[in-house]
Amino acid sequence: MYRWFHQLGSPPTFYKWSGQWLPWLTFVCITLFVVGLYGGLVYAPADYLQKDSFRIIYVHVPAAWMSMFVYVVMAFSGAIALIWHIKLSEIMMLSSASIGASFTFIALITGSIWGKPTWGTWWEWGDARLLSELLLLFLYIGIIGLYSAIEDKRKAAEAVSILALVGIVNIPIIHYSVIFLNTLHQGPTVSKFDSPSIETSMLIPLLIMALAFKLFYIIVLLMRSRNELLWRERRSQWVRNIIKGTGNV
Amino acid sequence: MNIFITILKRDLLLAIRHRAELLNPMLFFVLVIVLFQLGMRAKPAVLVTLAPAIVWIAALLSALLSLDHMFRSDMEDGALEQMIISTQPTSLLVLAKILAHWIITGLPVTLIAPILGLMLGLTGDASLILFFTLLIGTPILSAIGSIGVALTVGLRRGSVLLSILVLPLYVPVLIFASQTVNTFMAGYPIFASLSVLMAMLVLSLSLSPWASSAALRMSVS
Amino acid sequence: MYEFLHMGGYGGYIWSAYGITAIVLTLSIVLPIIQSRKNHKRIEHMLEQEQD
Repeated sequence: MYRWFHQLGSPPTFYKWSGQWLPWLTFVCITLFVVGLYGGLVYAPADYLQKDSFRIIYVHVPAAWMSMFVYVVMAFSGAIALIWHIKLSEIMMLSSASIGASFTFIALITGSIWGKPTWGTWWEWGDARLLSELLLLFLYIGIIGLYSAIEDKRKAAEAVSILALVGIVNIPIIHYSVIFLNTLHQGPTVSKFDSPSIETSMLIPLLIMALAFKLFYIIVLLMRSRNELLWRERRSQWVRNIIKGTGNV
Repeated sequence: MNIFITILKRDLLLAIRHRAELLNPMLFFVLVIVLFQLGMRAKPAVLVTLAPAIVWIAALLSALLSLDHMFRSDMEDGALEQMIISTQPTSLLVLAKILAHWIITGLPVTLIAPILGLMLGLTGDASLILFFTLLIGTPILSAIGSIGVALTVGLRRGSVLLSILVLPLYVPVLIFASQTVNTFMAGYPIFASLSVLMAMLVLSLSLSPWASSAALRMSVS
Repeated sequence: MYEFLHMGGYGGYIWSAYGITAIVLTLSIVLPIIQSRKNHKRIEHMLEQEQD
C-alpha cells in the first residue's frame, strides 16, 4: 500500500497514470450528467409546494456540497504539503482553489435565483446557508489572491497552505455564528431540505448529479495538476520525452 | 518568558514615542461612528438598534487599519529576522506582538466605546455590556489579524489583500458581540453568547500564534 | 416541448440557473485545456532553443 502511494507521488508515474484515467473518467462523468439531468428535469415529478422551481436543486445542492468538500480537500493537502513537503499534494491544493471558487459561485448564483420564486427576493439575508456560502467565496478569493500576490511560488504555496488551515478551523465557527444570528431574527424558516422526507424519485437524480459534480472536480483537478506538474518539471528528462513524443515516460 | 516582556515593553515604548500611532486608531474609530450617524440621520429609536453594530464595525475597521504596523517596521529594519532566528519560540514573540497591538489599538477603543454608546442612545447598562464585548472581542481581532499580517508582511501591496484575508474571519466575532448587546437590550439573558465570545478569545489566543509564527518564518526566509 | 421549456412558469429561473452552471463548468474545463496547449508549446520552444 505504502509503496503504491509512494509511486503515485512520483511525478512521471502520476502523469502517466492520470493520462490513462482521464478519458474514462470523462466518459463516466458525461454519462452521469446526462442521466442526472434527464432524471432531474424530466423524470422527477414537480414538487408539491415549490412546483417546478425546486428543479434548481439539481445544480445548486451538488455545487454547494462540492464547494465545502473542495475546501476540506484543499486544507488537508495543504497540511500534508506543510508537514511532509510532498510536491504532488502542494500541486493538488493549488489546483483545487479555483475550481472550488467556481463551485461556490455556482451555489451562490443558483441559490439566489432559487430564492426569487421561493422567498420573493433575489437575496435573503435570513438564510444561513447562503450567507456561509458567500463567506466561503471570500475565503477562496483570499486564497487565490494571496497565491498570486507572492512572487516566489514556493513561498506562496506555503502561505496558502497556512491560510487554508486557518480557514478550515474558522468555517464551522462562521457557519454556526450565521445560524445563531438567524435563530435570533426568526427570518423565513422555509428551509429547502427540511421537508420531512424527500421523494425517492427526486432524491436519486440528486445523488447522481452529486456524483457527476464530484467526478467533474476530479477531472479538473487532474488536468490542472498535470499542467502544473509539467511546467514545474519542464527541465527534467521525462517531460522532454513526453514533449518529443517518444512516449517513454 | 523574557523575550515576551522585552518585546512588549519595546513595542509600547515605540508607540508612546510616536504618539500618532497611539491616537490614530482611536480617532478613526470615533470618526467612523460620527460619519455613520451623519450619513444616516436615523431616528433615535432606530439608532439604538443599530448602535452595537455601528460601534463594532468601527472597532473592526480601526483594528484592520492599524494591523499593518504589527510586523512591518521590524521587518524593514531586520529585527524580525533576528527574533525568528533566536532560540526563543516564535509563537511567544507573536503573542507579545498581539498583546502590544491590543494595548495600543484595542484597549483605547474599548475605553471610549461606552461614551460613544451613550451618544448613540444606548442606556448605561447597555453601554456597559458593549464595553465588555469589546474588552473580550478586540483581543480576538488582534490575534486573528496577526495571521493575516504575518502572511502579507513581505508584500508591497499587502494591505488590500490583508483586509480580504482577515475580514471574513472577523465575522463570527462581529455577530456574537453585537448580538450580545442586542439580546441584552431585548431583555434576554446574555450568558450564552458572552461565553461563546470568551471561548473564541481562548481559541484565537492559543491557536493564532502558531499559525502566525509559521507564516512569519515563511515570509522572512 | 413547450411544456418542458416552460416548466410550469418557472422556466426563466430554472434555465438561467442551469445556464450559468453550464457556463461556469465549461469555463473551468476549457481553461486548463488552453493552459495545457500553451505549456506544451512553451516547453517545445524551450527544447528547440536548447538544440540550437
